[in-house]
Amino acid sequence: MLSLSVVQNALEVGFIYALVALALFLSYSILNIADMTTDGGFTLGCAVSASVCIMGHPVLALFAAMIAGAMAGFITAFLQTKLGVPSILAGIVTNTGLYTVNLAVMGFSSNLSLFNCDSIFTLAKDALSPVVGSWYKLIVAALITLIICTLTVLFLGTRLGISIRATGDNPDMVRASSINTATMITIGLCLSNAMTSLSGAVLAQYNKSSDINLGTGMVVIGLASLIIGETLVGKGGMFRCVLAVLVGSVLYRFIIALALKMNVPAECLKLVSAIIVGFAIALPSLKNWAAFQKRKWAALHGKEAQ
Amino acid sequence: MLELTNLSKTFNPGTPNQKTALSHLNFRLEDGDFVTIVGSNGAGKSTLFNAIAGTFYVDEGSIRLDGKDITYLPEYKRSRVIGRLFQDPLKGTAPHMSIEENLSLAYLRASKPGFGAFSRVSKADKAMFRDHLALLGMHLEDRMKHPVGLLSGGQRQALTLLMATIVTPQLLLLDEHTAALDPATAEKVLELTRSIVAERHISCMMVTHNMHQAITMGNRTLMMSDGSIVLDLKGKEREGLTVEQMLQMFRDKANKALDNDRILLSSLGN
Repeated sequence: MLSLSVVQNALEVGFIYALVALALFLSYSILNIADMTTDGGFTLGCAVSASVCIMGHPVLALFAAMIAGAMAGFITAFLQTKLGVPSILAGIVTNTGLYTVNLAVMGFSSNLSLFNCDSIFTLAKDALSPVVGSWYKLIVAALITLIICTLTVLFLGTRLGISIRATGDNPDMVRASSINTATMITIGLCLSNAMTSLSGAVLAQYNKSSDINLGTGMVVIGLASLIIGETLVGKGGMFRCVLAVLVGSVLYRFIIALALKMNVPAECLKLVSAIIVGFAIALPSLKNWAAFQKRKWAALHGKEAQ
Repeated sequence: MLELTNLSKTFNPGTPNQKTALSHLNFRLEDGDFVTIVGSNGAGKSTLFNAIAGTFYVDEGSIRLDGKDITYLPEYKRSRVIGRLFQDPLKGTAPHMSIEENLSLAYLRASKPGFGAFSRVSKADKAMFRDHLALLGMHLEDRMKHPVGLLSGGQRQALTLLMATIVTPQLLLLDEHTAALDPATAEKVLELTRSIVAERHISCMMVTHNMHQAITMGNRTLMMSDGSIVLDLKGKEREGLTVEQMLQMFRDKANKALDNDRILLSSLGN
């Protein structure tokens, strides 16, 4: 079966990508917006993180990436709340523009290498590896993700958090409660894209490289994790939802690791992800259809029997 | 006090679907007035409410609430001082959030904009919500953590009424808020409306298709036709008025009958 190093690797990457799933939890599950900025926002995080790392500031790189991501989210939100661009299109427009921005951030080269500079992981290695050995990467990844998850759970219980949740649940009611829905959508998308970019930022330092195509298909991967988590852990309070995101993201990485183990070529993984997402989102409809066919069959054949 | 001056609104101007929904309407609501509004479908009742609440801006005229010009104030800012209930009980509450969270949203009106955005709902607030819920007499105070989606239509409408009035509004707009409820529940929600409005001395406007309600509730009745107020009954002339007399007055004023099945049925029923 899976070796320890594969398990370790799946956990590390699972925690890093969990931030994308958490971002989609905020935009897709809570605000009810399929945010197509995600792909470009993820690469933006990688690019900013790599560039700032090369300047020698790996920790600052994470914050810079989050600010950049929030700005991307702001543009998407501005397009849809102020200029009347449909939400999916707004994300696609931003995403397309981000491709050039990302290239520019990386100095118009399609990849950057971080092998010769410090990252949060090399810093952690110096400090932690005498004690925890090779687990230092997991500790860093888990720590960052758990901090963001905790902040998210706390935030969603504040007045502002409740207002954002209600905006996705019933916008009519929110307007009637003196809350500006446009502001809530803007805050929500800024936060979610900051998380996506943070995920990209951590991944770039983890991989010791940044590539212009790293974010491609990220929205589907994030949704797959989110849906796996919601299916297995279920919905409930905010804590449970965020826990589901974590579980889903880590499990998704185990599924990928298993697929690789079974010699599924790496090029096929995006198709596997797409099939998982398509199937999982379609599942309720399929269940209804199956139940209806069963009833219909029973009704028709029941009559014949009489 | 609400003052509407020369209010006009035309939908789809310059197209074959052009519809004048409000036509040079003038109206003044005194403090503590409880006005019932009747009229045929398309008379402009809901448009009038939408104009006051700020769902859209009017083409002409001005809206003043307690001396302040709110004609160009956006909807979400007006809703700090205007409470509103719709016919659809699902419209006023967030189904996937708990009763407590819904109430705390409504209670945001009590704080200054942006103030305490990161604060959580306090114990004192929760206790206050519980007391308010108890007044509804629906045992909702024991279900504060339950999602609102699990409540019945009547319970949701009662909760919406509580949310609209938990911070006393300067004006309460009720748009047929009991029409989608069964008769017993409707009566209960009406009774709650009556007591809350009277107790807090809230200025209130209520659209209804029930003629009996229109003359028994409140202290004043408006009849609308083609985007204007054709009849304004209050004081002596409203006392002891029967449904038949009122329908006759409407026919005389509007030169047509109230052409609505629901009105006919509800007037026969009472």
